[in-house]
Amino acid sequence: MNRPACLILVFAAFGAQAQEGHGVTTADIQRGAQIFFTSCASCHGPNGDLIPGVNIASNRFRRAQTDSELTDLVRKGIPGTPMPPGNFTDDQAFALVAYVRSLTNAPRSASGGSLPGDSARGKAIVEGKGQCGACHRFGGKGSFSGPDLTSIGASRRPAELEAKLLDPSASIRENNRPVRAVAKDGTVITGTLLNYDNYSIQMVDSTGKLRGLQIDKLKEYELLKTSPMPSYKDKLSAQEIADVVGYLGTLRDQPR
Amino acid sequence: MIARFLLLMLPGALLLTAQVPFDRILQADREPQNWLTYSGNVNGERYSQLTQITPANAKNLELKWVLQSRAPAESGSKYEATSLVVDGVLYTVQPPNVVVAVDAVSGRIFWTHPYSPVAAARACCGRVNRGLAILGNTLFMGTIDGNLVALDARDGHQIWIVPVGRPEAGYSVTVAPLIVKDKVIAGPAGGEYGISGFLAAYDPATGKELWRFNTIPRPGEPGNDTWAGQSWVHGGGSIWTTGSFDPALNTLYWGVGNASPDWNGTVREGDNLYTSSVIALDPDTGKLKWHFQFTPHDEFDFDSTQVPVLADANWQGRPRKLLMLANRNGYFYVLDRMTGEFLLGKPFVKVTWAAGLDAKGRPIRVGHSTPDGMVIYPENQGGTNWYNPAYSPRTGLFYIPSWMDTHSINTSRNDEYREGNMYGGGTATHEMPGIRAGPINRRLTDSGFGAIQAVDPNTGDVRWQFKMVDVTDSGVLATASDLVFAGSREGYFYALDARTGAMLWKAMTGGQISAGPVTYSVDGKQYVSVPAGNDLFTFGLRE
Repeated sequence: MNRPACLILVFAAFGAQAQEGHGVTTADIQRGAQIFFTSCASCHGPNGDLIPGVNIASNRFRRAQTDSELTDLVRKGIPGTPMPPGNFTDDQAFALVAYVRSLTNAPRSASGGSLPGDSARGKAIVEGKGQCGACHRFGGKGSFSGPDLTSIGASRRPAELEAKLLDPSASIRENNRPVRAVAKDGTVITGTLLNYDNYSIQMVDSTGKLRGLQIDKLKEYELLKTSPMPSYKDKLSAQEIADVVGYLGTLRDQPR
Repeated sequence: MIARFLLLMLPGALLLTAQVPFDRILQADREPQNWLTYSGNVNGERYSQLTQITPANAKNLELKWVLQSRAPAESGSKYEATSLVVDGVLYTVQPPNVVVAVDAVSGRIFWTHPYSPVAAARACCGRVNRGLAILGNTLFMGTIDGNLVALDARDGHQIWIVPVGRPEAGYSVTVAPLIVKDKVIAGPAGGEYGISGFLAAYDPATGKELWRFNTIPRPGEPGNDTWAGQSWVHGGGSIWTTGSFDPALNTLYWGVGNASPDWNGTVREGDNLYTSSVIALDPDTGKLKWHFQFTPHDEFDFDSTQVPVLADANWQGRPRKLLMLANRNGYFYVLDRMTGEFLLGKPFVKVTWAAGLDAKGRPIRVGHSTPDGMVIYPENQGGTNWYNPAYSPRTGLFYIPSWMDTHSINTSRNDEYREGNMYGGGTATHEMPGIRAGPINRRLTDSGFGAIQAVDPNTGDVRWQFKMVDVTDSGVLATASDLVFAGSREGYFYALDARTGAMLWKAMTGGQISAGPVTYSVDGKQYVSVPAGNDLFTFGLRE
């Protein structure tokens, strides 16, 4: 999507917050995040608070209360303001609203944003002492042990990136779920879960090899609730964390 | 902790190697558990060395899994893709261009890659895709809107996309690309829209075009003088199906589509090279080594879209390097693939457009498309078409999905070329549904029927024929246990005895079979997989 709309949502300090009771999944919110970062963040900023007096994360809107009204707003824009109409499908608008609604519960920066990151220094850390490429891929290079970070800045808020660096296991997205299986001959197989049911597991291992495992051929398996990623809380200084976050936020290329 | 963690992960990082280098494709017969290229190997045989499923136990085949299409079928779409199988992962293309990576044992999905063709896409003959190619960790797919796409086989993300031809002018890419050494070979379809065809080689890393062979030669290129005036400009010459490669001769063989406009030959006097031909090219440069034209000055829509099958065999008592091709024009041909010399040509269905072939294989033409219409056998869909044949070196037989005794009334007219519009120059009226058959058939077999036929390449004689009431768009698979697998429009999927044609097993899939079957094995268990209707069906032996 070529930035079809810079969605200047107009907020107000008044107006009842209205969460409608229909179902929203984490996958909806993640899809909505990608739409937000592609279509909205250039004006609203990655945290949704770049425009003075407008903080999307507050979830309080002057011109919209219900999800239907918010959906209408992101599609039609606000005449007379820089907020243009957005050419979204029903599903895209739904996901975008789900993401915007989710921001009230999203992690806040531990530093409160008081430490601006230097992306050049962050790049040096990512490629140097952070050794991030040992597990992650950047521009087609690196390992399949962890998620591809080539476009991570186009789908994560800085506060989320910071939280992940400090406490990787606090929240694991379903498409990054680590899996560990032990074959009956004792061979240990680790990787990222792609799909599973009662009888089989589909995963990708650290080399990028897709592997289908038949559960009756395994001694055991576990879908891990902790991330294999180490915390950088004691490995990097607060400034270095801010620098890495600053750099990761610039990564918006399509994966190669 | 971080040091230990990195130590654990680094070996994985170092193992990021290409999973399918070209050597594996070249020597695909050494790993029959996989299906690494469109025809199973580069020689086009579609013959598997797997022998667990035999004529004796084929009756014990049962359904193992079905992969259903996730979206409602589009109008005109048809599931024609040959799957690839790499080390337990099956890759397929659901129409029109949705790529899916599937656990080959369970049918469960690893990843999907959606692709939405632009609205300008034009497809005369179905919004179809015939499959993928793989090299290293990259999958290659043509799209119905004229692009070539590279995807990462590990997670399905798009690496590059390049235009092959403009969809507004009718260019589409339905062919499964062929990997030859370090090149991706493909070309556009769209002859019915008056394209000017070509076969091209692309860089697997970037999509950059490395060479192009014009199937419709430009002024100054050999063969342009076989087109009257400027008729070459919209001369057709589509690429519809995958070619073959002989590494010892370093030669690429590819079938070329019909001339445009299809039925009106009066506006393009001449032989109209290289339409309705097989071309032999140097795969490093795209230079022509030789060609053989099956239907000079075609007026019947007789594309040579069939897979050229390469075999080294004792032919009429003498070892020869053969190229065999069952042509849409109704003749089965055997050529010497070193030189293009015509060795044999014999009809495998009823043929009336030619009275025979001369000593050099040129047809003795007796039929034409005319303004008043002329009845021509076979009909314009041909004696066979894009659906692949198979050849078994064990039985020495060539297996052809055949449309028996069909005819059409071929009528010519003057059509003006207008970009993006059909440029047929006439029409063919026939009794068989052309692209997508409905579920009900009441036609008498007098007007034509389907068959899998086994032909002896030494004589062109039909050794056996397995008849079906309706015609068939299914490809054929042969195995080293002397089985032949093929399907029907009715939805039956058959295992036949490769030596006698006896039916050993059948399953009703409930949908038209319009693709070539593949076979593979995982953990020592052999499977046979074929698309039918909108879904992919995979069978194995009952345990």
